[in-house]
Amino acid sequence: MTAEILRTTWEHVLIVLAAVSVAVLVGVPAGVWCTRNAHLSRVLLKSIDAIQTIPSLALFGFLIPVPFLGGIGMRTAIVALILYSLLPIVRNTFLGIRGVDPVVREAGLAMGLTRRQLLREVELPLALPSIVAGVRIATVTGIGVATIAAAVGGGGLGTFIFRGVAMVDTRLILAGALPAAALALLADLVFTVVERRILPAGSTHRTDRRRRA
Amino acid sequence: MSSTIELSQVRVDSPAGDAILRDVSLTIAAGEAVALIGRSGAGKTTMLRLVNGLTRPSAGEVLVDGVSLSRTDLIALRRRTGYIIQGTGLFPHRTVLENIATVPRLLGWPAERIRAAAEETLARVGLPFERFASRYPRSLSGGEQQRVGIVRAIVSGPSILLCDEPFGALDPIVRRDLQDVFMEFRRNVTVVFVTHDLAEALRVAQRVILVDDGRIVADAPAARFVREPLPLVQQFVASATLPAGAA
Repeated sequence: MTAEILRTTWEHVLIVLAAVSVAVLVGVPAGVWCTRNAHLSRVLLKSIDAIQTIPSLALFGFLIPVPFLGGIGMRTAIVALILYSLLPIVRNTFLGIRGVDPVVREAGLAMGLTRRQLLREVELPLALPSIVAGVRIATVTGIGVATIAAAVGGGGLGTFIFRGVAMVDTRLILAGALPAAALALLADLVFTVVERRILPAGSTHRTDRRRRA
Repeated sequence: MSSTIELSQVRVDSPAGDAILRDVSLTIAAGEAVALIGRSGAGKTTMLRLVNGLTRPSAGEVLVDGVSLSRTDLIALRRRTGYIIQGTGLFPHRTVLENIATVPRLLGWPAERIRAAAEETLARVGLPFERFASRYPRSLSGGEQQRVGIVRAIVSGPSILLCDEPFGALDPIVRRDLQDVFMEFRRNVTVVFVTHDLAEALRVAQRVILVDDGRIVADAPAARFVREPLPLVQQFVASATLPAGAA
């Protein structure tokens, strides 16, 4: 039993890691792009907002008949989690960059920084606390949502929970729920440390970041 | 090496289609220091931003050293144009030295040369390198921040210095100090200085231009400006605390 819990917990971690990684790779550029194009930002932010309103069980269900992305198994779980993770990451990247003091941006442009240099040297570093806060939300909620992945055969700790519910076995439910809760707390702790380390010495964005999150 | 600046029949429209500047023509000689004064919203800042291409003219031409900005590499132009603004625009995540090094680094200067220039220029504004180089802007007073802003704008020896109400947010004593510091750097560079304070304009510039409703309504040497008969000029004179003898 212990070995199975460990194996399933690891599976759970992999699902969330894979999904959040892809969501960061897609979501951060998408968030940056939104700051460059007002029309795109309206459409994109609305669409990913809409995704967020789909009940997670339904989203997993919708994905089953979708070719390539869906079906039964871990792939569907990861795809659904990516979709959920996008919102906090895109939105926090967008808000983080838009929140950069316009005077600072103007000074950068006036000194002859190219758009790309401005992004890399000024906007992204200043938006980083906000972006990391977005990744933190995506990860912690993702650990919870991933338990539902078991409904589409995605594996992870939800396997125990669904089995426990079916068999009306509280111990089995707890075998899934407790490690999932522990994982979420652990992830939160890791991000607390990361956030403290990335905070640039000159920054006073601590309180700002909390509010944005 | 200072630059000449010319605006030739420039019109600037807002995105909504209203005219911000209407048919402005203006020539500034190399090494001249010009103050643009006027009420809020008169178009002063827009005129300033035309010079480094942050604002594009809707009609007419902007020329620096006789070359139209539409045929100029704006990035290169901006790297030899100092820009000092209210609120400084210092990068909050970078130290004083890193802030000052921005343009020299873009110009590809070696680290030792950047350090030497930063040290010398900081000393000229009264900030000892050892005490300030590794501090972050947030830990400096408003006056110190703007001193760093001045150093950042002039450290690489620009040919144009654009100033947009740089001392507007400072208390009168610090403001006076910084005007004196500023005068130190006025040589070998063409200066355009936006302010709504006539006393400041008369201190830092040789020539004062009054902008109102998108037009130049007065343009005179600083020594003669206060005697311009225009009612708006006299309103500015009346509201300014002039240095003794200026009027």
